[in-house]
Amino acid sequence: MISTKNLEYQFPDSKPLIFPDIILNKGHSLLICGESGCGKTSFLHLLAGLRKPTQGKITFDNEELSSLSASKLDQFRGRTIGIVFQQSYFVQSLSVLENLLISPYSVNKTKANTVCKRLKIDDLLNRKPHQLSTGQQQRASIARAVMNAPKLILADEPTSALDDKNCKQVLSLLKEEAKINKAALIIVTHDNRLKSDFDNVIKLNPLKKS
Amino acid sequence: MIGKIAWKNIFYKPLNTGLCVSLLLFGVAIISLLLVIQHQLNQKFEEDLKDIDLVIGAKGSPLQLVLSAVYHVDSPTGNINLAEAEKIMNLPVVKNAIPLAYGDSYQAYRILGTTPDYIEKYEAKFIEGRAFKTPMEANISEQIANKTGLKLGDTFVGTHGEAQGGHVHDSHQYKVVGIFKKTNSVLDQLILTDIESVWIVHDSNHAEEHSKGHEQEGNSNKLHDEENPNHHDHALEEHNHNDHSHAHHIHEHENKNDDNNDHSHLHTTIDNKNKEITAVLLQFKTKMAAMTMPRMVNEQTNMQAVLPAMEINRLIYLIGIGATTINLIAGGIMLMACFSIFFALYSRLKERKYELALLRSVGYNSKSLFALLILEGFMIAIIGYVFGWFLSRLTLYFLNEQAESDFNLQFSYMFTSNEFWLLLLTILVGILAALLPAWQAMRIDISKTLSEK
Repeated sequence: MISTKNLEYQFPDSKPLIFPDIILNKGHSLLICGESGCGKTSFLHLLAGLRKPTQGKITFDNEELSSLSASKLDQFRGRTIGIVFQQSYFVQSLSVLENLLISPYSVNKTKANTVCKRLKIDDLLNRKPHQLSTGQQQRASIARAVMNAPKLILADEPTSALDDKNCKQVLSLLKEEAKINKAALIIVTHDNRLKSDFDNVIKLNPLKKS
Repeated sequence: MIGKIAWKNIFYKPLNTGLCVSLLLFGVAIISLLLVIQHQLNQKFEEDLKDIDLVIGAKGSPLQLVLSAVYHVDSPTGNINLAEAEKIMNLPVVKNAIPLAYGDSYQAYRILGTTPDYIEKYEAKFIEGRAFKTPMEANISEQIANKTGLKLGDTFVGTHGEAQGGHVHDSHQYKVVGIFKKTNSVLDQLILTDIESVWIVHDSNHAEEHSKGHEQEGNSNKLHDEENPNHHDHALEEHNHNDHSHAHHIHEHENKNDDNNDHSHLHTTIDNKNKEITAVLLQFKTKMAAMTMPRMVNEQTNMQAVLPAMEINRLIYLIGIGATTINLIAGGIMLMACFSIFFALYSRLKERKYELALLRSVGYNSKSLFALLILEGFMIAIIGYVFGWFLSRLTLYFLNEQAESDFNLQFSYMFTSNEFWLLLLTILVGILAALLPAWQAMRIDISKTLSEK
């Protein structure tokens, strides 16, 4: 469903980052491990279409992301991808429920309620995001990531700040949501605790072109 | 959804928004108030002027003559001799001539002696009764009827001068014979009576009170200093204007008629030569005649003739200078409002960039973010305008309380067409202020923003 080929990204004034080729099919999951600074987040952003690669191709359901215009890319991302960021971002002036429904491609209120019930944050829907604890905020982020019934869920370091118990919980929530939505799941992390739970693990080396 | 985010966001920082709105509000209120007052003042000036081509009155300030004789907001310049005025009134080029005589008031409403032509001129429609026909009959507007409580058939006495507490002519009672519907003209603020009534009241005044005064003491007034035959010389019509040194009042002649004590047929015996009126409103058959008349009157008689339209244009021009100054101040406030909206949106951009990037990541394109910020500026502008408009109307309400008693003016609260342009201007201010922040929001590097720790 999603595959990359010869993907490269170069930040201004630094050496280009080279990413390994990946292929991932519907309903499967992939863990991308790597030390800090090896370009994990950049890789994730490339996959999400938040950034355009300097070289290489990303193909999603036979569509090449780099060929899309900026607004087409926004539309594509909004429709097919759900992203859980390293930090939880919210529109501060809106309630949690309004934040869940913020995407123009989000399904509906009923879905928000069922998802939140599963994630056990259904009693927090009318609060403002800043009134939630970090753990609750992360659940809300996961909830928002699946509101558009995505084909691909991307998660950036979802467990790095959590203890073992919560780490397991978040991981199983992500997997569960991916399964329910029939979505592929890609997690990038430096958290070695997660390795045992994935069949597909790619190690991202700080490989830079010399 | 963008609209909802914009709406929620402007209330998320109520103090920022409050500052922007209050600046806009004051700017809008001042400009709107000026627009309404200027518009309605011009309209009122024009409507009350009807087709009065020329005003003739005693020499003095031309503007004062127009304000007193046409709009009844100033004191008269003095009196003119009826016989002399009639020479002009009877000229063949004159289409219509209405004499005016005044001096008395009832509860601060001016009692105006005139002819029924005056009522017809302002197209008054009677609710009850009819127009006055004989002396001592009076017509009032429903407005005055409501304020004073006078009803059809009621009688009342005038107070000498215009202020309350002046000398009361209690021996001559006016009778209300007709109440007319609101005309939205100067007529609404006047008590109208036959011109003869004024002569009767004042000519007979002294002698009659001398004989009757003591009988009525019980039920009438405290101000019985009638023993002094010169009591009218302290007439309230005497003002401080320099050009009034030669102002006369009807009453100064009453002593000459003192020997004429036969009141029963008084109006037939008053010497026409000594009859005085305050002013004449003239309409000519051709505009040309109106243009040449002032010179003739001013040179050949001791009266003055004034083209009211010209005087009023000059007055409006003078008011306009003052209004422009205030408008400039209001414009400055609007400019400050523009800056404050800009600062409010721009300074929040830094903390909001994460949520803006988030919006992009869930599917909004950069144009939507541009629209979001513009919409916020727009909404602040609309709120400022709405509150400003209501503030202007509130101010107008208090102004009306004042203006009605002082100048016989009543402003309406209606939306004027100029205020539509003010709305557009306000929206422009809001959008202009949001333009640069919106541009910045559009260009946010989402990937960089979302990978910041």
